[in-house]
Amino acid sequence: MNKLSLYLGCITPNRYPGIEKATKLCLDRLEIDYADLPGASCCPAPGVFRSFDKATWLALASRNIVLSEEIERDVLTICNGCYGSLVDANNELKNDPALKKSTNAHLDAIGKKFKGTVDVRHIIELLYDEPGPEKIKEMVTRPLDLRVALHYGCHLVKPSKERELGSTEDPRFFDELVEATGAESVNYPDKMACCGAGGGVRSALIDKSLEMLEHKLSRIRDANVDCIVNACPFCHLQFDGGQVEIAEKRGTEYNIPVLHYSQLLGLAFGYSPEELGIDLNLVTNEDFLLKLKGDR
Amino acid sequence: MMNQSNTNISDALKDAGLEILTCLQCGTCSGSCPSGRYTGMITRKLVRKARVSTDVLHDPDLWMCTTCYTCQERCPREIKITDAILAIRAIAVHEGIMLPEHRRVSQLVIEYGHAVPINDAVKAKRESLGMEALPETVHKYPEALADVQTLLESCGFDKLVTGAQE
Repeated sequence: MNKLSLYLGCITPNRYPGIEKATKLCLDRLEIDYADLPGASCCPAPGVFRSFDKATWLALASRNIVLSEEIERDVLTICNGCYGSLVDANNELKNDPALKKSTNAHLDAIGKKFKGTVDVRHIIELLYDEPGPEKIKEMVTRPLDLRVALHYGCHLVKPSKERELGSTEDPRFFDELVEATGAESVNYPDKMACCGAGGGVRSALIDKSLEMLEHKLSRIRDANVDCIVNACPFCHLQFDGGQVEIAEKRGTEYNIPVLHYSQLLGLAFGYSPEELGIDLNLVTNEDFLLKLKGDR
Repeated sequence: MMNQSNTNISDALKDAGLEILTCLQCGTCSGSCPSGRYTGMITRKLVRKARVSTDVLHDPDLWMCTTCYTCQERCPREIKITDAILAIRAIAVHEGIMLPEHRRVSQLVIEYGHAVPINDAVKAKRESLGMEALPETVHKYPEALADVQTLLESCGFDKLVTGAQE
């Protein structure tokens, strides 16, 4: 495995720091070589900034990639949105000399240059590659007795031509990583459907965004699970904060705990919910926390 | 290419490698759209409109796409529908058409380098986890934020998103 830089994005460090801490604890336990990426900015968010101005989107994305080029490390993302922006921008800049030239003209203003020497990884496809679900299963110290509704999120697997991660309709790789922790990945209708947050819809059209979310939540509730697991802090924010907003605006209480995969894996490595920031979510579910303590 | 007035949308898309004229109007996109079920967004109509007129720039449906890419994955003609929607949005923004909330998010990036900047409550959460109050991002390094702001200025982004329309 190449050495990595941990790219944080916005929502992880600035809303759900437990995901940042859980990620670092898991990477340490797995003995994966990573470094901080000091001075990184917003990726910038693919569905909005890319649709405002492509040159700006490429300039900011390439600056983040260049920071990692400068320390000769591949970029590790823990967010589908960041992955979407950075992997797409990296591919476009590597494959299109004219775009690379125009982007470098902007980067020149801050004394930087995109070379195209590193790759962009998402923690889920990275862990699936190496160490892989079998090795992770061997390293688990506390197998989890949990029923999980897994949410892949859109930009982990789509657009598939930029990802090469197999089926976008019924992928399995993330399920295998969940099951490596001992948890059961429960199938449910519309499992691959969008959470409703992306593309600037959550920011500008919150009520419509919550309707999409509630459709998904109702499917998940019917599947009778202990928690939702995601690989994207923006989906995480939509599922966690969105449940509070749905309770306020629409009167339905779902109260389903939401975990980023790094937090699920952290539990299976023996860390407490408090060490992983699971208790800092907006949805508080005492039964779930008690169940985790009972599992210890 | 993307910032001319009275632009022909389908030609501009074609220049960007996004061909939409091969659309059969089969409706697979609309049937697959998770947004359409709740927002009334009709992807098929959006594509048809983009072929014939610049009215599409003013269509509210343009902003209801969550960019989930399901339509693009399933399109039998392999039209890059989601990418085309993003490109049409960019043309709209360059014509001064932008939702106020999106202008605000843009201002956050200009001011802080983050679309979702930190606040005091999250700083306290970080410290309760034994972490530094500020993350290893532009938040902690003012010179890095200055670089981001220089880049945004070089791209003309500040002028683009501070327009007065809509």
